[in-house]
This record gives sequence, structure tokens and C-alpha cells, in this order.
Amino acid sequence: MSEQKIDGFELRPGFKGMASDTGSDQTMFKGVHWGKAMMWIFLLSDTFVFSCFLISYMKGRGSTIVDWPNTSEVFSLYVGGVPVPLLLIAIMTFVLITSSGTMALAVKYGYEKNRKMCGWLILATAVGGLTFVGMQVFEWSKLIHEGVRPWGNPFGAAQFGSFFFMITGFHGFHVSIGVIFLFIYTYKVFAGHYDSKKRGWFTKMKGDYVEIEILGLYWHFVDLVWVFIFAFFYLW
Amino acid sequence: MSDEYDNNKSYQAQSSEVLDGSAGSINPDMDYVRPAEIPEQDLYHAHSFIEKWIFCQDAKVIGVQYFLTAVFTGIVGLILSWLMRLQLGFPELAGFMTAEHYYQFVTMHGMIMVVYFLTALFLGGFGNYLIPLMVGARDMVFPYVNMLSFWMFFVAVAVLMASFFVPGGPTGAGWTLYPPQTILEGTPGSGTGILLMLISLSLFVIGFTMGGLNYMITILQARTRGMTLMRMPLTVWGIFTATVLAMLAFPALLVSAIMMTLDKVLQTSFFMPTILKAGEVLEYGGGSPILFQHLFWFFGHPEVYIVALPAFGIVSDLISVHARKNIFGYRMMVWAIVGIGGLSFFVWAHHMYVSGMNPWFGFFFATTTLIIAVPTAMKVYNWILTLWRGNIRINTVMLWCLGFIVTFVNGGITGIFLGNVSVDVPLSDTYFVVAHFHMVMGIAPLMVIMGAVYHWFPLVAGKMLSETLGKWHFWITFLGAYSIYFPMHYLGFIGVPRRYFEMYDSPYMTSTVGMNEFISVAAFIVGAAQFILVFNIIKTLKTGKKAEQNPWKANSLEWYTSTVPPEHGNFGERLPVVHRWPYDFSVPGAKDDFIPQTTAPSEVANTEVEKT
Repeated sequence: MSEQKIDGFELRPGFKGMASDTGSDQTMFKGVHWGKAMMWIFLLSDTFVFSCFLISYMKGRGSTIVDWPNTSEVFSLYVGGVPVPLLLIAIMTFVLITSSGTMALAVKYGYEKNRKMCGWLILATAVGGLTFVGMQVFEWSKLIHEGVRPWGNPFGAAQFGSFFFMITGFHGFHVSIGVIFLFIYTYKVFAGHYDSKKRGWFTKMKGDYVEIEILGLYWHFVDLVWVFIFAFFYLW
Repeated sequence: MSDEYDNNKSYQAQSSEVLDGSAGSINPDMDYVRPAEIPEQDLYHAHSFIEKWIFCQDAKVIGVQYFLTAVFTGIVGLILSWLMRLQLGFPELAGFMTAEHYYQFVTMHGMIMVVYFLTALFLGGFGNYLIPLMVGARDMVFPYVNMLSFWMFFVAVAVLMASFFVPGGPTGAGWTLYPPQTILEGTPGSGTGILLMLISLSLFVIGFTMGGLNYMITILQARTRGMTLMRMPLTVWGIFTATVLAMLAFPALLVSAIMMTLDKVLQTSFFMPTILKAGEVLEYGGGSPILFQHLFWFFGHPEVYIVALPAFGIVSDLISVHARKNIFGYRMMVWAIVGIGGLSFFVWAHHMYVSGMNPWFGFFFATTTLIIAVPTAMKVYNWILTLWRGNIRINTVMLWCLGFIVTFVNGGITGIFLGNVSVDVPLSDTYFVVAHFHMVMGIAPLMVIMGAVYHWFPLVAGKMLSETLGKWHFWITFLGAYSIYFPMHYLGFIGVPRRYFEMYDSPYMTSTVGMNEFISVAAFIVGAAQFILVFNIIKTLKTGKKAEQNPWKANSLEWYTSTVPPEHGNFGERLPVVHRWPYDFSVPGAKDDFIPQTTAPSEVANTEVEKT
């Protein structure tokens, strides 16, 4: 790690640097924007929320009185009469991970003050997120059509539907919130609010491109959570 | 601090210490403080009455709003406890009360006092008011989110209170809300009541998360120049650690509330096993009630420390100021707070010894529970050593602090009893447990709150509360609280179970009638005594004598604002620059018996200040 300077303050590398930052006055995370630090800590808290959900799911799945449904059958799509397990989920995952990539690029172009590129990439991220939610709606309606309900299903343990709808629902809710913000930010970037430091509608704080990075952190987190849900729900 | 201390040396040591934590190269100027890293905060000033007093973004106003809302819920909780005591002591006078009412009062009293009163008061009230002032910030870092946090809390309280007025009344499942009985017919309030409780808790968690992010980032990223973490008042350390705990523990509550809501509304079976009711199998099956207990107590035990740690921090500051001595073992106190916070995540199942879990599990949790007594005892010793040879002022604030130490030790020792599986099992669900947790997390933090109110009222309102009324308030509360809870330990030992509406004619119950009457009378008196404080505040606001700036001669930054009470932005034109910890009291060689945190080393070059 090379030595960095932030506002005339030399950042030392390694453990010593960390100790000296912690022991110093004013800020602990040198040069880190307040909003960014806030998002990290919020995500830590949110990690605990999802951990509680997933641990409850593991406990619940481990102690049901009826067998758990065979997930590779339940989650398969029929392509030309042949069941392809996890087809939809694979596409969903691909779309979501791709949107993480466009988000990262948007952050880069934002800091380069490349307004147009940044705007288009955020829009692409938003569309990716929306596609994901759309496919989730399709998956939900397919399962509901097949008789899966939160209180029971024809394939096995009732808890399957309970946990599935609750956890994917909670994750889908996170994605939806993210999509809403992505659309708002698309507008703000194209309207040039971050270049002119226009004050926010509610918070009355000056706009800055760092906000895109903050939203990006949230978006990557939502992706990461999906990876865990994917592993625990669809692969187990 | 020996008498032979070399003045010259202490001066040397101090200046090098100040520089060590900062930029690297030694600056010859002993008053040097690193230049500002963060730009001046962009504050939004209120333009109307509504923006200034209702949807206000000033942390101080939000703190007072939190305080008043929490006190309102606290008074509701107090009235519920009176009603319970009326039934237990004088059932013939409580003819209007059915067993269902009693269970509802128990439940609501517990939930209100723990979550909506103590947590909101310490973190929302004191946290909002004191954090920006004590670390030398203009305001919380996200004032708008902070405002939302309060209003979310307000809505949570409104939803909770609404449950008193819905058909079936509030939930009567006990404050732990254990399934399956919580949402089954037959439990009072198993319809709308429990639903409103779960919604209210979820709203509380969301609101608290918004506030908690503010507290943490303000402390980590918005301190003033010279304010290192190890120069923060212990109040800030206590509130900070409690906030970290809350950010990690409340998720478990949120998740369990969501799952139980689904169990209730959608007939899922997360927590519901197969249940036979009047020979009929209910829709439920295959869920795990124990899972709820784990989730609940993973929140519930850190919650105890969310309440206790701010109290520890605040009481340390109050003792130091009013004994005119530096806090003994500041660093030890900080590490004890952090250590207790960390350990509190590994003790939750000591609430579940009788749940039927594996005995080895109980062994593990008994061990961790007893380990947590070590940092806690260190804190108690340090408070006593701070008092030792101090220039103690026996005023109202100090009385509350002394009351706290005694009460906390008392409740802590019964905690050691209950932490052991073999002692806990026979004492489970008896009045011994009730006495224990009321002492340790009810009365003890309450004493700190009272002391803090008497201490900081001159700052908030600019007027001094009456000492005479304050002392009456203290002595009635202190002696009364012991009259309530000491006999309860005995009731627990003879096996009186808690949460029972009536003891009927069971043989050992007849012998407790007199004691129950005594406890009830004491509870009525103690409850009524709290209104002395309300009266004192109203009287003081009307006719009280004006407080001078910094009436207690304290060192921390909140007393060095540009105006009293502090205005929006706290510190006028320039933010204060900090050169020392807030505990330089009675320093040999100093002009006054206190050296404010803003005093530069060169101004007190001939004194024997501690290295900070």
C-alpha cells in the first residue's frame, strides 16, 4: 500500500497506520465521507438481519416433521418439455451480478465527472434491478400457481413456502428500494444536481458524486446477500 | 500522583503524548493540535415554528423530544405497576381487574419500561443531547435522518398505546412474547393486540437504526480538533458501545417480530409446533418455539447492556465531577465498557436454562455469564476508588450516584446467583428473578437517569433544580425501592411464582400476605415520589434561580458552549479545541480545582496533570 495524503495528513500503511488513525483526533476513518461510513455500518446491521433470517431458515429446515421439498425439481423450468433445474435462478443471478458491474462503472465515471456515462450506467443498473424483480415476480407467481403458499405446499414441509417467500421477499424488498433510488439518482445525474451541488429535496444537503458510491455500496451488498440466498435456498 | 512528582517531567511527558497520536513529526509547540480535517458542517437552520420545535433537525431538541416521549411512556408503565401491586397487595380493592387485565399490565409494563422508556431515554434522549456537545460537533452528522428517527419512535409509541384501545386489549403474553401461547386464542390480546405490539417493535427498530447510525458516525467521524477517542467523556463511550450493541442486537428482534407476525397473519409455522386444542389439531405444525427464544434473547441480553452501559458511562462522569477527582482508571473503564459489550453477545441462553436445552449449553453460558462479572466488578471498584479521598459534594446528584453503586452491586450479586444453572433452575420464574432484574436494570439505571437530570438540567433549561425537593425525591425513592425489592428476594426464596394473578390458598402464600401488602404500599409511595421531580421541574422552569454557566465546575465541552442553553450549532463562531481529557479535577498546582478540556498545556505548565 502506498502512502496517501488526505488534507495534509499522512496516512501510514499497515497495522501501525490503523492504530495511529484510531488514536488520533477528529476522525477514525481518515478521509471517509460521513455518508459512506454510515452506509458501511448500516450494512453491518443489515448483515445481522439477513444472518438471523438464514440461521432461522437452517434451524427450521433441520427440524421439520415432514421432508423438505426437492429443490432442484421445484425450482426447475421446462424448456421444450425437458426440466432444466435452476434455469431461471441462473439468469436472475447473472442479471443481478451484471448490474453490480455497471454500478461499479457508474461510480468510476461519477468521480471522473463524466455525467453522461455515469447516468447511462446507473440507468442500466436500475433496469437490471428491475429485471431481477420482474423475474422474481414471475418465479413467485409460478410457485403460487403450483400451489406453494406461505402456510403449506404440495411438495413437502410447510416451512418451505414460509421461509422462501419471507426471505426472497425481504431480499426483493431491498432490491426494490435500491431500484427506486437508482431511478432517482439517474434523474439527479442527468439533471446535473451533483455538478451544481444542488441541495437535496428533503435533507437540504448539497449533492455530491459520493452519493453514487454510497448507493453502490448498498447495491453490491444486496447482490452479495443474493449469493448467500442462492447458495442456501437453491443449491442446498 | 505521588507528592515527589517532577513538574518539569510531567510537562515533558504531556507534550510528547499529545503529539504521539497525531501527525508523526514532533512539533516543538506544546499547544499544537492538528489542523481541521473535516470542513465546517453545513447546518440547515429552521425557518418556522414547525421546523424549530416539531420536525426539528437540531439534536438537542430531538433529545428533549425523545426524553419527553420516553417519560410519558414511563409514566404509563408506572401506572401499570401500581395496578399490578394493587392486585397483589390488596386484591379486595382491585375488583375491577380480571386475570386477563393483570397479564396485560405485566406485559405492557415490561415492554414499555425496557424498550420504550429506558432504551429511548438513554440513547435517544441523553445520546442526542450530549453526543454532539461532548465531542465538540455542531450537530449530529445526519440531522434530517435524526429527525426521522424521533418521529419513527413517536409512531411506534402511538401504535403501542393504540393497542390499549383495540378489541381484546394489548397483548398479555409476558414481555418475552414466547410462542406458541402469544398468538393463540386464550391469551389476552392474541388478536389485534399482539399484532400492534409486533408492528410497534419493528417501527422502533427502524427508528432506532436511523438514530444509531447518527450516534456512531458522529462519535467516530465528527469529533472536534484534539478530541481523541481516549479523551472522550465516559458518557460518550457508554452511549457509543450501547449503540453498537443495539445495531447488532435489534436485527434479531426485528426478524423474530417479522416471523411471528407471519405466524399470526399468514398461519406460517416458524415458531408453532403441532398443537392440540380441545382435541382438535390446529393448522400449525413443525415449527420451533425454542428458535424464538434464541432470537429473542440474542436481542434481549445485549438489550440489558444497552440500558446499562450508558448508565455506567454517565455515572462515571457524575461521580468524577461531584467528587472533584479524576475517574480512577479511565482506560480500564473504557476497556471494561467495550469488554462487557462484546461479552454480552455470548450470554443470551442464560435466560433459557429451563427451556430444555442441552446441559452442556447451560454450562457454557453459565461460564460466560460469570466472566462478564469481572469487567463489571472492575467498574464498581473504580467508582469507589474515584470517591476515595475525593472532595465529595453530597448534593442530589452525588446521592443518586451513591444510590446507584449500592443498588447495582446488590442486583449484580443476585445476578451471580442466577447465572449458575443449578441455582437458577429452582429460582426460575419466582420473585427472586423479579427482584434481581428490577434492582440491576430497573432501579440502578433509573438512579443514574435521575442523577443525570439533576446534573444536566441547568444546561438544558438554564435553571437550577431545587436541591431540597431533590433530596426528598432521592431518599423516598432509595428507601422505598429497597422496601419493595428486598422482601421480593425473600418471596422468591420461599417459592412464590411470578406473573401469577392470585395466590389462592396455597399454604406458603398465606404467610406472604403481609409482605405483599407492605411491598404494595412502598410501591405506591415510590411511584408517587417520582412526581416530586415533575413538580420540581415545573416549579423551577417558572420560578427557579437562573443557573450560571457551568454551575458544577465540570470540564467537558457541553458546559463551554457560547450560550446557555446552547443554541443551534452549539459552539458559536469557532469549534472548541481540546487539549486534555475531561477529568482534570483538583490538579495540584492549578489555579482552580478543575481544568477545562479546552485549556492549552502552556496555560497550566506548572501543574501535575495526568497524561492523557
